[in-house]
Amino acid sequence: MSGSAPASRFAPLLIAERRRGLRRGMTSLIAFLGAVLLAAEVAGFRPGLLLAGLDRLGEFLALMAPPIRAGHVAEDLAGWYWNIGHWSWLLVETLLMALLATALGTAGGALLSFAAARNLTRGPRLYWVTRRLLEFARAVPDLVFAIIFVFAFGLGPLAGVLAIAVHTLGAQGKLFAEANENIDMGPVLGLRAAGADRHEEHLWAVLPQVLPNWISFTFWRLEINVRSATIIGFVGAGGIGVELYDALRLNYYDDTGAILLMVALTVFVIDDLSERLRLRIAGAA
Amino acid sequence: MSGAAEIAARQARLAALLAAGRRGRWPLRLALAALALVLLYAAVHVGLIGSQFLDGLPRLAGAAAMMLPPAGFEHLPEFLWALIETIAMGLLGTLLGALVAFPLALLCARTTLPLRLLQFGFRRVADSLRSLDHLIWAIVFVRAVGLGPLAGVLAIAVVDVGNLAKLYSEAIDNARRGPPEGVRAAGGDAAEVFRWGMLPQVLPNILSATLYMWESNTRSATILGIVGAGGIGYQLADRLRVYEWGQASLIILLILAAVYAIDFISAHLGRRLIEGRGG
Repeated sequence: MSGSAPASRFAPLLIAERRRGLRRGMTSLIAFLGAVLLAAEVAGFRPGLLLAGLDRLGEFLALMAPPIRAGHVAEDLAGWYWNIGHWSWLLVETLLMALLATALGTAGGALLSFAAARNLTRGPRLYWVTRRLLEFARAVPDLVFAIIFVFAFGLGPLAGVLAIAVHTLGAQGKLFAEANENIDMGPVLGLRAAGADRHEEHLWAVLPQVLPNWISFTFWRLEINVRSATIIGFVGAGGIGVELYDALRLNYYDDTGAILLMVALTVFVIDDLSERLRLRIAGAA
Repeated sequence: MSGAAEIAARQARLAALLAAGRRGRWPLRLALAALALVLLYAAVHVGLIGSQFLDGLPRLAGAAAMMLPPAGFEHLPEFLWALIETIAMGLLGTLLGALVAFPLALLCARTTLPLRLLQFGFRRVADSLRSLDHLIWAIVFVRAVGLGPLAGVLAIAVVDVGNLAKLYSEAIDNARRGPPEGVRAAGGDAAEVFRWGMLPQVLPNILSATLYMWESNTRSATILGIVGAGGIGYQLADRLRVYEWGQASLIILLILAAVYAIDFISAHLGRRLIEGRGG
């Protein structure tokens, strides 16, 4: 008798059980496949086009890295990264933009999260208005805000910071409000019974319970915002994206490759640091 | 003991307890002070503190006023078609990404690939796909396959592979060890261990991660048109560029409606597939 006999005795029972569910799901599956085929048609998904594109993609990627000769590695690298000082500064500006936008958006989201939490809000009307406001701020992409803010505040990082901050406010406000709704109301009621006002309740009963979650969300949002800040410059809203867009538009392949590599490495490092801190805080809480 | 004296004694004890907790905190305070300085510098540098911000506010109010009411309803068929294209891009990109991400996740998880060095390498591959924004990939793919939604689908798929491989592999690593060991003890081979011991545990997490990315990708798809990679973003950027504020706000409203619809469908599917399964 083979070693897997007991397992194979169980398998038919499970399979029969699954099959019953599967039959029910068949209609949904057909609907899903229909939707996918329709989407493929709408999006012009042609395998032939894809294969032809693969060649051109390889060509493009090859153009982005200049040849590095074995004997002259340092010279060739220096030639490739001829503008590294300027690019480094733009990356620092990009990080500053992400940091400031995260701080502004998080502060705003934190303030609004009390009114947007069902258990802490002052009334249903305020709750409804705050929720819709947060939804609006979250659902409009930051790049769209950026285009509008460039019109209002001019080209440069200010428009980018404000755009990312507004989007962050919406995202953080919702997540923070959900954390607020999951608290133990005991401490809040205890403080209220002891005569605390609303602010004291928030500060001493709500905040200690939600702070670990809030901090974790904030690091996560920072990772997202660093990515956003690298491309918000595509519409003129500051940071390394302005330079990257120009290099791409003007077919400066070497520069494009050099900048992309720097951006990818920076995001990589920030993600890693942020994730470590996030896990440490989650572990300490 | 009089009431006042007892209150005073208890207050002193509370203060001592709180002070003890605060004593070890100076590195945190130093870090926060440094952060405050950096933020202040950033605020001055970008012009948030200064006339650039204040001067822009009336112009922003003007733009907002010009956006109301939404206009350009005669272009509605064109906008709706672009919106359908956007939704199709989000769906296809997510699906394509998920199909590639699943096998990659098996190589990224400690549980399914015990060779640490190799597993670490694969995880780094997934991370590097995530580290460039959709919009950058979109520009690259526009060069490869031309203007249009296909470039957008590919851009979404590439980032999706990175994100989902990470989320899937975390789900696999967080799975309980008991069920796979049970199947192994009952004589199951590697495929059976995975199919009956692992998959039932991770499938709900995998489905919810995929639905989450689908929502997120639909949002991303709305802006890829700005670089010519298909969808409603092209119309939006175009109308904003020529200061057609009314039409732009109509497009933004359509985007909001589409995003809500997808969130709603995703929440419904999540309830049906994840919570209501096997019912």
